[in-house]
Amino acid sequence: MSQYNLEGHTVRRYDGELNHVHLRVIELGGLALHQTRNALAALQERDVRLARSVIGREWEVNRLDVSIDDELISVIARRAPVARDLRIVMAFAKAVNELERVGDEANKVARLALQLFEGIRVDPGEALMWDVQSMGRRVLDLLERSMDALDRLDLLAARGVAGCQRELEAEFQAGMRRLSTYVMEDARNVGQVITLTQIIKALERIGDHARHVGEYVVYLVSGEDVRHRKCAPEEGAVDEGEPQDGG
Amino acid sequence: MNTSTSDLEHKSVQTSYVAPDRTAASRATVDREVRRTVGEVRVAEPRIRCNDIHVYYGAAHAIKGVNLDVARNEVVAMIGPSGCGKSTFLRCLNRMNDTIDGCRVTGEILLDDRDINTRDIDVVPLRAQVGMVFQKPNPFPKSIWENVAFGPRIHGLARTRAQLDEIVESSLRRAGLWDEVKDRLDTPGTGLSGGQQQRLCIARTIAVQPEVILMDEPCSALDPISTAKIEELIDELRQHFSICIVTHSMQQAARVSQRTAYFHLGDLIEVGPTEQIFTNPQHKLTEDYITGRFG
Repeated sequence: MSQYNLEGHTVRRYDGELNHVHLRVIELGGLALHQTRNALAALQERDVRLARSVIGREWEVNRLDVSIDDELISVIARRAPVARDLRIVMAFAKAVNELERVGDEANKVARLALQLFEGIRVDPGEALMWDVQSMGRRVLDLLERSMDALDRLDLLAARGVAGCQRELEAEFQAGMRRLSTYVMEDARNVGQVITLTQIIKALERIGDHARHVGEYVVYLVSGEDVRHRKCAPEEGAVDEGEPQDGG
Repeated sequence: MNTSTSDLEHKSVQTSYVAPDRTAASRATVDREVRRTVGEVRVAEPRIRCNDIHVYYGAAHAIKGVNLDVARNEVVAMIGPSGCGKSTFLRCLNRMNDTIDGCRVTGEILLDDRDINTRDIDVVPLRAQVGMVFQKPNPFPKSIWENVAFGPRIHGLARTRAQLDEIVESSLRRAGLWDEVKDRLDTPGTGLSGGQQQRLCIARTIAVQPEVILMDEPCSALDPISTAKIEELIDELRQHFSICIVTHSMQQAARVSQRTAYFHLGDLIEVGPTEQIFTNPQHKLTEDYITGRFG
């Protein structure tokens, strides 16, 4: 269970409510992770049935999202949380939103897998699939670490996840560059490359959501808001419009 | 439960506070240490500046070396568990503790740079300058008009009935009560509802043109609607006065104040911007109290 103390309230039912919400958030995180893992496995194994099962479980993610939101609203209405409790409620609410989107993106990856492999299609081959698999491994690792930080409310682990933006961007850009070379080599690859590009983009989004969960855990535990650190304009710098962030 | 990261972080600021179960050998050191407060106790242009305030009830040491400034046009909320000394400290600010036998206050309380904690200070004009509103509304058993006019008359703030009428009207207007009582100024103040009586007491306080208003749990006997009216009034009064409010309601402290001070066993543990105190307090005792983790 968590290293961070959600408990100790004089009203012990309040402890129970916060712990219960935490468990439900972890449950949602576990489901989102499971969906992502299966979507990636469906891609790797060319497993159309597994891709369909991912799409079929999307409603479970949505149902959990709504149900946790209800619990959080109830805690706010009944307990008027402040300080650490307020940060717990806010961070969980934000994390739930991110995890629901992870579920959406996993669903998208599964649909794109169907698009690639359902029916009689030409297999893209390992070379074309290499970037998707590489990006998939990185994102899965990030999501697992993010869930671990959320589970244990571990500040160090959360900081590690929150600081991964650059690596994720670099992997995405490298993947896009490599895929574009396959189109240049043979224009008949264009259909598959477009689909694979969409998959890589979806995976990058999952990585961003995982990173954001890490940021919310940092806020929950330490009170420090580490969002948008990279894009904050330096003092004296000329503002060139909206800052660009990965998420 | 394991030691949390946040607990570890708190230790860096907690070193200034030592739990009360001390050994005699370390008492001298501890007594010096407990006086440190987390957060900025000073402001740039204070209306009130308290330096090293100690209050003793006989042998009991009720306030242990508190330093705190109150700025102009700000509301400072004082919170803490029962018996922590917040009301005692509040009463120091207009010498109300003088009325308690065996109570001794040491330290410097500067009101606009003048020390009010000295023998030569006349407490009657002081208490006009630093008015007070109590937990239970306590209107005089006189008419509404008399309740408000009494102070200005004895302090010589008005010479004629017309001047008094003007003060009564403006005070009742500022207290948000004028529209409700303007047609019955000659009826007894005690006949008003609890919330109206409390606003009448506030009107009575501001009628003598104070600089500071002290409020000791002003809404604890009121219903939510009356409480909301008083809170709205506090926000308006802030434009003209400095306000110190003692409250047991965390939400009220969060709603009405700009700075919050947390007292514990006679020490001022932490003071800071209200928003920070209620989202990310630096001291574990503050956090435990406001999140309801100890009673």
